Amino acid sequence: MMDSVEQLLGPAWPVVWTLAKIVAIVLPLVLSVAYLTLAERKVIGYMQVRIGPNRVGFRGLLQPFADVLKLLMKEVIVPSGANKFLFVLAPVMTIMPAMAAWAVVPFSPELVLANVDAGLLYILAITSMGVYGVIIAGWASNSKYAFLGSMRSAAQIVSYEIAMGFALVGVLMAAQSLNLVDIVNGQRGGGFWSWYWLPLFPLFLVYLISGVAETNRAPFDVAEGETEIVAGFHVEYSGIAFGVFFLAEYANMILISALCSIMFLGGWLPLVDTPLTFIPPIFWLLGKIAFVLFLFLWFRATFPRYRYDQIMRLGWKVFIPITLIWIVLIGALKLAGWWAW
Amino acid sequence: MSFQTFVFYALALILIYAALRVITARNPVHAALFLVLSFVAAAGIWLLLQAEFLAITLVLVYVGAVMVLFLFVVMMLDVNLARLREGFWDYLPLGGIVGALLVAEMIVVLGGDYFSVGEMPQPAGHAAGYSSIKELGRLLYTQYVYAFEIAAVILLVAIIAAIALTLRSRKNTLYQNPGEQVAVRREDRVRMVDMRSEKRAEERA
Repeated sequence: MMDSVEQLLGPAWPVVWTLAKIVAIVLPLVLSVAYLTLAERKVIGYMQVRIGPNRVGFRGLLQPFADVLKLLMKEVIVPSGANKFLFVLAPVMTIMPAMAAWAVVPFSPELVLANVDAGLLYILAITSMGVYGVIIAGWASNSKYAFLGSMRSAAQIVSYEIAMGFALVGVLMAAQSLNLVDIVNGQRGGGFWSWYWLPLFPLFLVYLISGVAETNRAPFDVAEGETEIVAGFHVEYSGIAFGVFFLAEYANMILISALCSIMFLGGWLPLVDTPLTFIPPIFWLLGKIAFVLFLFLWFRATFPRYRYDQIMRLGWKVFIPITLIWIVLIGALKLAGWWAW
Repeated sequence: MSFQTFVFYALALILIYAALRVITARNPVHAALFLVLSFVAAAGIWLLLQAEFLAITLVLVYVGAVMVLFLFVVMMLDVNLARLREGFWDYLPLGGIVGALLVAEMIVVLGGDYFSVGEMPQPAGHAAGYSSIKELGRLLYTQYVYAFEIAAVILLVAIIAAIALTLRSRKNTLYQNPGEQVAVRREDRVRMVDMRSEKRAEERA
């Protein structure tokens, strides 16, 4: 059947096929974002001995759709004195990198949209563009609170991106490749113990915590800081414009979790090699992503918000030195031939 | 027209428009954002030239870091537009000379047939397993290792100089020592007092 469709479309076939693959990635992603919001409210609810949303649908399962419908119905208000073009562009600029980065994420050995050589670099470059949405939103809103939020966010994201980049340098040194498929294949061997979380444990922690900071999630959510600056950079946004910011935040969380699973937790590789191979690889990856996402929610329910100067200290004086030392250590081990992974 | 040519012209148009707007936009924030757009368009053109590593690094370093800091500063400036335009006529001759030089260089490059630049050999095509990142790394750390290290040291000097110029230590700033804070035990701060309960005044009376 595939061949007949291919002949029917002729030269347009590659474009159509790629578009179909993109839809096959983005549609489940948006659905996961919807249910991640529900999961967050449920998980944090249970952690705080509440029930969480349980009115819409069976046990609240239709709650995300009710939320989306509400946001769609609401009016998008553009504040007076705001730069209208940039005001509308900002949410688009936040959602674009959160979606585009998925192009190189491998779901299983064969299941990847673009298996590019420099996948890791591509992801670093694309995700580094996400900060523009926040900065432009804060500036174009013509509001003091939004501006303060975007200033905080810009400083925070630029600081933590360095630590994050260095953590990834450690991964690429261990795997000797920038290709994400090769990085997962480099962790093959003795199951759980041969994944990179063990030899790169400090980098794993730095990456995870920097990921929380990069996505502006609690306890690093000073950019939103409800108790200090109302809602930070998106205080002036209403309706679906706000919804897009929301979507981008959760899509970024899923992306960071996916990258963390791929680079440190063995991607689609099974927990132990022999008895569990009947489970398809993609379910292993999805399970690991869900685990890291649960950590994100757990952090939010557990930790109080960091103060701004503490965030800066943690990023510059703790994380960057740790990653630098570990990179030198990996290099020395590799050179001496004592690298066991 | 092949697809590559179409993409090239589209990116080139965006690049030229964005670059023009960088110098004509009145609002400095808009100018900085147009500079970002021109970087992205240039990265796209480099991708077409099969220089993936350079293109991604351009986005990563200039778009992701340098321009963010740039915007950070520009957004906080309260720029007086009238004062910005004051020096226009003074700088026009210098700017004109630079512009004329650029145009002359472009003529030499674009009119390559007249200056026999076109006789340069076509760059060789790459084999299937070719990785420009590996090649670049190998060159940087073997053939050009001294130049590379010297450039790094020069950058370090610039960083130290910038910090030394702007660092002012204020006497009345209060600092916290997180190590000390973490090391604090309850016994250091709280004294438990064993105290008998007392009767209320009205009961005593």
